[in-house]
Amino acid sequence: MPKNEIINIQNLYRTFQVGSETVNALNGVSFNIFEGEFVSIMGTSGSGKSTLLNILGCLDRPTSGEYYINGTAVSGLSKNQLSTIRNRKIGFVFQNYNLLARTSAIDNVQLPLLYNADIPMKERRERAIAALEAVRLADRMNHAPSQLSGGQQQRVAIARALVNDPVIILADEATGNLDTRTSYEIMTLFQELHAKGKTIAFVTHEPDIATFTTRTIKLRDGSIVLDQAIEQQSAAAALAQYEQNLTHTAI
Amino acid sequence: MNIIDLIKIAITALLRNKSRAFLTMLGIIIGIASVIVMVSLGKSSTLSVRTQLSSMGSNMIMIMPSRQMRGGVNMGNSNAKSLENKDYKSIAENTKYVAHVSPSVSSAAQLVYGSNNHPGSLQGVASSYLEIRKYELEDGIMFTDDQVKKYAKVCVIGKTIVDNLFTNGENPIGQTIRCGQVPMKVIGVLKSKGQNQMGQDQDDIVLAPYTTIQKRFLGISHFNMLFASATSEEESEMAATEITYILRSNHHIKSGAEDDFDIRTQEELLSTMSSITQLLTILLTAIAAISLIVGGIGIMNIMYVTVTERTREIGLRMAIGAQNRDVLYQFLSESVILSLIGGIIGIVFGIIIAYIATKLLNWPFVISQSAIFISFGVCAATGVFFGWYPARSAANLDPITALRYE
Ligand SMILES: Nc1ncnc2c1ncn2[C@@H]1O[C@H](COP(=O)(O)OP(=O)(O)OP(=O)(O)O)[C@@H](O)[C@H]1O
Ligand SMILES: [Mg+2]
Repeated sequence: MPKNEIINIQNLYRTFQVGSETVNALNGVSFNIFEGEFVSIMGTSGSGKSTLLNILGCLDRPTSGEYYINGTAVSGLSKNQLSTIRNRKIGFVFQNYNLLARTSAIDNVQLPLLYNADIPMKERRERAIAALEAVRLADRMNHAPSQLSGGQQQRVAIARALVNDPVIILADEATGNLDTRTSYEIMTLFQELHAKGKTIAFVTHEPDIATFTTRTIKLRDGSIVLDQAIEQQSAAAALAQYEQNLTHTAI
Repeated sequence: MNIIDLIKIAITALLRNKSRAFLTMLGIIIGIASVIVMVSLGKSSTLSVRTQLSSMGSNMIMIMPSRQMRGGVNMGNSNAKSLENKDYKSIAENTKYVAHVSPSVSSAAQLVYGSNNHPGSLQGVASSYLEIRKYELEDGIMFTDDQVKKYAKVCVIGKTIVDNLFTNGENPIGQTIRCGQVPMKVIGVLKSKGQNQMGQDQDDIVLAPYTTIQKRFLGISHFNMLFASATSEEESEMAATEITYILRSNHHIKSGAEDDFDIRTQEELLSTMSSITQLLTILLTAIAAISLIVGGIGIMNIMYVTVTERTREIGLRMAIGAQNRDVLYQFLSESVILSLIGGIIGIVFGIIIAYIATKLLNWPFVISQSAIFISFGVCAATGVFFGWYPARSAANLDPITALRYE
């Protein structure tokens, strides 16, 4: 059975006009992501990773090129239709979590459901609890972001990305603000979600984080310089190894 | 996003900044409260004027000499001598729509009884005066036409005079009081009428035969005024026309020349009174409307602040699927709820203030339901109108820029 094509981009360009200067953030990028893939997007700073992810996430439009998400052509869609795509098909995880302050974890997770009229009000809570359970944070559902650690906040954000059951999860430097240990924990979580069949595209500039994925796309100056399947390392194992090393150095 | 979510989000956001929300509402509260107070007081004053005037006799007609102009100087009407006995007689006899007519001459004198004294105003009238002014006797009798003919030294007094002169509770009927130099016998006591809408005590009055006042007090033969009553309220205008005709011919006024007298019917008085209060109401309502606009601008200002403060939240909501109108409605509902709560508080305050004010002024308390409904509508409109631009500026944000906003 052929796998579903989740993302298909062809010859994507994105240029920014800054004063008289034209910045080519993306220079003809093409690739596909199939259901069940765990893709890391790598590249140095300024290589166009965030620009690409914003377009994949329908937050931004390409200057030219084609983009199909789950079979739907994005280029002809209105602003409101893009909002609906973001709501139903995409789960976003940001580097700085972007949780609503002074709002409980469960309310933060429920937020996307407010904009989804298909889900009845009484079902929202159940769904949010299920998503928090998936990130193993159900016991903290009434905590506000200020009462949670960075790793926990990122897990709330991941639960929020999961709650509408999107076709793809897009993460931009999701471990960028976290220490090594917590990064490994978050990657363990992503691997669990991947194992359950989720499709994930993950922007990072840390090579060791990329090893936990199944495929790496490398950008340089807005072009793909490398796109290859890699052998996936276990984040859980890396975490165990890391802790062992810590104990050894302590002794 | 459904309406329940919108209201919940708006209220949560407002509760986070309680004191700010309250201060923002203050403009609306003051505006609405003043609208309610103004409209209520306007209504109750009109009502009180109406009841007062109709208790004075709604078909009453007053006839007085016009202001005398001498070389362009207004001499007032107190010295005018144009109303004479002949006028009184012809109005009494030659009219169809005039039910009663009474002359009126006024004098002031110190009233003395025993060791008590009181400054009194004496009014010389005919016996029909009671009927015209809707006075009733509490005790005793009114003087007769015969007593009028003989300049009898008799009088009928009001409650205030009784209270001031007969302090030991003696029956005033049959007693003699001294009015200046003239001893007068009290033959009747009037039922109390209280204050009129000008705050004048209508019971501080001594009624005597007009002939007595003319001969014994003033030494004049003309009248200060004539009081008449029409056969019915509807026929007031006709009666006034008749009187005008009679007086013009009595005074030999050529056609085209101005009357040397003024005729006022209660109807006219009523309409001038209510047009004055209406004008006042409009004026004060305009002031209230201005304070509403100021309140609305306060809301607009705070909504811009809120939108700026929550730029990242807006970006996030858009990133996870909020459409432009979701964001628009979110902020619009916040400003509308803000102004509606302000409006409700304002209405409650307005009612309380209007209630206290009418009690103090001794006016009937009327609450204008239409003012409440209109205020409510105006509040909602204020919220929408002044919340619109801030909310639209929020809805038009670009999600990526908003998410990056520091
Ligand atoms: N809104 C914008 N206006 C102008 N230029 C932009 C804009 N956004 C991105 N760029 C430019 O596009 C290029 C790619 O930026 P992008 O943010 O995609 O890089 P990145 O790979 O995500 O870098 P980093 O690893 O530092 O996050 C950069 O040269 C950047 O200056
Ligand atoms: Mg980036």
